Amino acid sequence: MNFKHKYVFLLPGLIVLIGILIFPIIFTVRLSLSGWNSFNPGLDFIGLKNYIRLFTDDPRFWQSFFRLSFLAITTVFLQYIIGFALAHMVWKDIKFKRFFRVLFLIPMMTTPVIMTVIWRTFFHESLGPLNDFLSIFGVQPPWLSSPGLAKVSIIVVEVWQWTSFMFLLMLAGLLSLPKEPFLAAAVDGASPFKKFIYVTFPLMAPISIGAIIIRLIEASKIMDTVFVLTSGGPGTSTETSSFFIFIKGLREFQMGYAATASFTYLIIMIISLTIIVKVLTKVLMRE
Amino acid sequence: MPKLYTFLKYFFVVLWACFVIAPFLWAISTSFKDFNSVTGGATYIPWLQFEPTLDGWSVLFKPGSQGGINIIGPYFNSIFVTLTASLISIVLGTLAAYALSRYTFKAGIVKNNDITFFFISQRIMPPVVLSIPFFIFLSSLGLLDSLAGLILVYIVLLMPIAVWIMVDFFNRVPREIDETALIDGCNPFQAFFKVVLPNSVPGMLVAGLFCIIFGWIDFFFAFILTFTKVQLLPVKIVALNSSITPWWSLSAAALVSVAPLIIVAFIVERYLSKGNLSGALK
Repeated sequence: MNFKHKYVFLLPGLIVLIGILIFPIIFTVRLSLSGWNSFNPGLDFIGLKNYIRLFTDDPRFWQSFFRLSFLAITTVFLQYIIGFALAHMVWKDIKFKRFFRVLFLIPMMTTPVIMTVIWRTFFHESLGPLNDFLSIFGVQPPWLSSPGLAKVSIIVVEVWQWTSFMFLLMLAGLLSLPKEPFLAAAVDGASPFKKFIYVTFPLMAPISIGAIIIRLIEASKIMDTVFVLTSGGPGTSTETSSFFIFIKGLREFQMGYAATASFTYLIIMIISLTIIVKVLTKVLMRE
Repeated sequence: MPKLYTFLKYFFVVLWACFVIAPFLWAISTSFKDFNSVTGGATYIPWLQFEPTLDGWSVLFKPGSQGGINIIGPYFNSIFVTLTASLISIVLGTLAAYALSRYTFKAGIVKNNDITFFFISQRIMPPVVLSIPFFIFLSSLGLLDSLAGLILVYIVLLMPIAVWIMVDFFNRVPREIDETALIDGCNPFQAFFKVVLPNSVPGMLVAGLFCIIFGWIDFFFAFILTFTKVQLLPVKIVALNSSITPWWSLSAAALVSVAPLIIVAFIVERYLSKGNLSGALK
């Protein structure tokens, strides 16, 4: 095949992407070395001062990071278990198969912030349906104003929203599996449980890894839900890294410091996702 | 044992269906309430528990000067930005994916997989990291608070999705198709446009659906990069979520805004059942 044609195919997309991104990335790095804030706007050079502050003198950033890790891992784990289970249940013979499939796909099509606004009224302490229902049992939990329950609320909304994406990927995977291994298992008289452990699950391992990684990447950006549901509160008890950077950069206008936090967060994200990919591949692909 | 499994299966599926549908039912019910029926505690059934009104709905279509919210403008803005950015992403993404799937690139240690990874890895970038530089970047170009600026940003969000789906898709389209066309005397461009592209419509549709979903549901960039001249739907609706929230019009607006994408759920399900999606998504 001819050599020059390949560049004509590849370059338009590559150039557009790099063209839009190159300035923001370089600028973030440069900005992280400056003391740009609302009193002192401008690109002065203060060396690594911001980084020293972030690493030695800002527990809030690290708390928000660990909180994010907790939320991301918990929600993706729940989404994977539930999504895979649902996909497996509507994979074959079930009544109203197509109805359930469509229904389970709907949450991922809805705008997270908008549904979260609805969820916020749903969780409302005195006027929402959830506490109205729980009052039968005589309890009225403060869903959004206690630090622990606020996290639970965020997990509920995230699981509601994104299990459907996991469901879609897992169902697409299940439907593309070859038939022969299942026929072989049926001939051997394997029970449904054994069939799942020895046939379905191993065959689904590569798809599972892909789906978990995609969801972890998206979950590492949790922001919309927090922004609408709790605004990081009560106090800072539901603040995630993205929300911390948002507060520092676009509410307190400490642009330089926010860029430092952004860049650090991005680097940690890339390193930890690479490690997670390696570990997952090892654990799920043992055979 | 099988009976127990069947019972649990139906129990779990129905339970999850109720969970999925609950916020929608609540929103539908709330959208017909007024101030008194909302502040009187949680109620669900119109006529029986509260007197339904259409105020929450009618206010959506009145201009701001008459105390309305007017979501029609933001609605069309959202549709325009999503569709334009998706279209550009699909075109550029498909071309790049074709190159990455069919030709070998080598520049130092950078190979095909690294270029593919570069495209896809843009999804790792948290929106908030890009928001500050984009803000300054767009204001220096005079594109802040404009549709063009938003489209530019959305291309970065959506092109990785298009490349991800299309590279996988082209890897599944047999190479013999293009090779036969080349032997028949087509040049590579003719081979691509006349032979490969018509065979790639299913993949492009899937990629397109995903771009539309992820473009439509974005909130953060629109929130940071637009103010008054251009408003997108999610920003407009979240702005209602202030100290005194009009739950009724909020619910109505939310329902109107999620409605078009629910059609997408039906299309995606059709693809799944026909087995077309499996190949494109695996």
